[in-house]
Amino acid sequence: MTNSVLKNTGRLTRFIIRRDRVRVPLWLIGITFFTLIVPIAYNEMYDSQQDRDVLADTMRNPAMTAMVGPGGLDNYTIGAMTTHQMLLFTAITVGIMSILLVNRHTRADEEDGRMEMIRSLEVGRLSNLNATLLVLSIANTILALINGFGLYALGIEGMDLEGSLLYGTTLGVTGIFFTGVTAIFAQLTESSRGTIGFSIAALLIAYFVRAIGDVSNGTLSWLSPLGWVTQTGAYSDNNWWPIVWMIGASIFLFFFANYLNAVRDLGAGFLPAKPGKKYATAFLQNPVGLALRLQRTAIIAWAVGIFVMGLSYGSVFGDLDSFFEGNELLEQMLASEEGFSYTEQFIPMLMMIMSILASIPTLMSMLKLSGEEKKSRIDHLLGRAVSRTRLMGSYVIIAIFNGFMMISLSAIGLWAAASAVMEEPFSFGTIYGAAMVYYPAMLVMIGCTVFLIGYAPKLTGLIWIYLFYSFFVLYLGGLFDFPDWVGKLTPFGYIPQLPVEDMEVMPIFILVLISITLMVSGFVGYNRRDID
Amino acid sequence: MTVIKTTNLTKRFGKFTALDGVDLGVTEGEIYGFIGPNGAGKSTTIRVLLGILKATEGEVKIFGKDAWKDAVEIHKRIAYVPGDVNLWPNLTGGEVIDLFINLRGGNHKNRREELIEKFDLDPTKKCRTYSKGNRQKVALIAAFSSDTDLYILDEPTSGLDPLMENVFQECVMDVKREGKSVLLSSHILSEVEKLCDRVGIIRQGKMIETGSLDQLRHLTRTNFRVETKQPITNLGELEGVHGIEENSQTLSFQVDTEDLDNVIKHISPFGIVKLESTPPTLEDLFMRYYERKDPSSDTGVGGAL
Ligand SMILES: Nc1ncnc2c1ncn2[C@@H]1O[C@H](COP(=O)(O)OP(=O)(O)O)[C@@H](O)[C@H]1O
Ligand SMILES: [Mg+2]
Repeated sequence: MTNSVLKNTGRLTRFIIRRDRVRVPLWLIGITFFTLIVPIAYNEMYDSQQDRDVLADTMRNPAMTAMVGPGGLDNYTIGAMTTHQMLLFTAITVGIMSILLVNRHTRADEEDGRMEMIRSLEVGRLSNLNATLLVLSIANTILALINGFGLYALGIEGMDLEGSLLYGTTLGVTGIFFTGVTAIFAQLTESSRGTIGFSIAALLIAYFVRAIGDVSNGTLSWLSPLGWVTQTGAYSDNNWWPIVWMIGASIFLFFFANYLNAVRDLGAGFLPAKPGKKYATAFLQNPVGLALRLQRTAIIAWAVGIFVMGLSYGSVFGDLDSFFEGNELLEQMLASEEGFSYTEQFIPMLMMIMSILASIPTLMSMLKLSGEEKKSRIDHLLGRAVSRTRLMGSYVIIAIFNGFMMISLSAIGLWAAASAVMEEPFSFGTIYGAAMVYYPAMLVMIGCTVFLIGYAPKLTGLIWIYLFYSFFVLYLGGLFDFPDWVGKLTPFGYIPQLPVEDMEVMPIFILVLISITLMVSGFVGYNRRDID
Repeated sequence: MTVIKTTNLTKRFGKFTALDGVDLGVTEGEIYGFIGPNGAGKSTTIRVLLGILKATEGEVKIFGKDAWKDAVEIHKRIAYVPGDVNLWPNLTGGEVIDLFINLRGGNHKNRREELIEKFDLDPTKKCRTYSKGNRQKVALIAAFSSDTDLYILDEPTSGLDPLMENVFQECVMDVKREGKSVLLSSHILSEVEKLCDRVGIIRQGKMIETGSLDQLRHLTRTNFRVETKQPITNLGELEGVHGIEENSQTLSFQVDTEDLDNVIKHISPFGIVKLESTPPTLEDLFMRYYERKDPSSDTGVGGAL
């Protein structure tokens, strides 16, 4: 029995490896590249321990802890610095890699009916799941090894072998853990969108539970797998226990996924799929309504997520104040900044991060157009009396509103939580304004997406790279001392830093103009090209 | 010997009963036609046979083994072609055929080339570019180039053009000649008629008829449209003539298959100018079936089963 439910797992494993012979190496190379480039850059910029200690002091605040977790600030070597600033975000990236890859080989294949043929062959019921788990475990192990040994090979002072291996292992184990999480959601939900949605939600919840726990209550952090990531303290405490925990938890998740897979029908899930409406509402019977209906659940889920994110960031604002009171060094530093409080100086950075996060659902709702095209469902509309302009227009309108809603929600959440915890809260206008100045940058991102859909439908994925680039250069820009132009390659780099800087209308105006230009030319391209 | 045997097979999806006590039997060496309208439960039955779905109740045996527990063992001797073939968009047809062949033991690979030729498939193209028919060809080639004992084909010709349908029919006849068994589901009666030794009819999750085609003849009617020099008289009084409609010159009506001979003899003296006949459709068959089921008629379902 055991043998037969796993029959031909080896063959399927090879098949998956063959299908992903480019995709997985690209992920591994990309992640390793970021892991290795950061300590090299740090080593150039903060070459004396004194520099690093100053940096460590600026990091000693709840907002920073909420964002990246606690770190070895007392002995802030290059290694400790890398762990503190990069480990959590890299681990999240590895988690996302695992989520996407697992879904691709499990629920996505099943939902699209490709598993049906496979299962009619001499293949066990659990073979595909276990082939996927095996491939992901191998990929994450390789990732752990090349990152671990790669970091050590840099030969940077303060990056010993044990710390490096722990760093790499933490990444790999996080990937394996989220492999297990996704494997379970792939059994529970009936669609690949559901699998990705629930898995990413689990990742975000883990992040925020850890953020709240790290700032307020340490036990809470232990409930989050991402809390375990920061608890390893690679290069400082070198704590291997969380790794053991994660492996144990992953094994449990793997077994549980196998159990769920064994007892269910192919194509079925466990979360109930309720019967739908018998007739289309009038709302549904036009392109905007249809486009909106297709992404309703996703939009609501993201709206909730973005709002909660705003709340979480806002909730640390109170601690910021009390924290500064006792810290002479920081008070001195803040005094030098023309009368702005440290909290105020922190706002633009937060808004930038929130607007980039808010761009994700915004761009997703625009990219839905090319997604529908790839699944050849667009033909149904274009074959009827719907022009391409009208079709694309529907999606653009939704994306524009979606972006507006997301950035607004994040600002409202931030403001609400901040007012609750601060003694002298900011006015709503200050917070909302600081958030909304980023909206034009989001419009440019929508414009770029429209442009890509119009001219290069195969390359629409580039927009994610561009968004990630924006995040990377602006978030780390300050630390890296990048030349100015690096930050000016992204629309987010032109936004006035409210409330610290004065409002400037010119860049906003130009950004809006650019986004309109991009959108209009995208429409032209879309009207000219073949529909795939 | 029985190859497929289901006893009281019931499958429920939540509250919805898709299969309600289906009894199906396929014997070795025969081509069994499994017909029914859309949504009748053909695909569900087949997916239970393949161990892809688990039966809610009832017993399902293939080669005498349990379809769920011994799925892998059974699949060594089965080739399956689904009605809706979905493939990996960025693999080529050739790659997918090889994958399918590799995942099944004991194949004659030289047939692969022969079949690719016959079905006129370009195996170097990515599956993304294939039409429904081409994707179906991929599955058919993989199925027929394998050396198995039982072929389970679920509406396999729904995307094929008539030329390719012929190729398909040849393939089915070939495997029959080798003594293999075939379960062919379809909603087109004429296709089943051409190939099958026996048929089973399913509707709303219940088997309503099984038997050889000859046994089911009593259920089928042929549609006629006739134009004659002199008007036909007394047609309505003949045994087995139904639904007479007059339409200027032409007369259309249906004739029970068993009474064909009499009716033709009756009308030929009137000087036939034009005669069109169309084979009975599945709908005709169902209409007929329900007429017969009418409690007032005591002819019963007779003969069949
Ligand atoms: N996974 C499922 N969940 C709920 N209902 C289903 C499922 N699969 C099939 N059905 C229902 O079962 C019935 C039979 O479907 P199917 O076997 O595909 O019909 P056929 O192949 O004869 O056209 C249909 O009414 C269909 O809607
Ligand atoms: Mg079907």
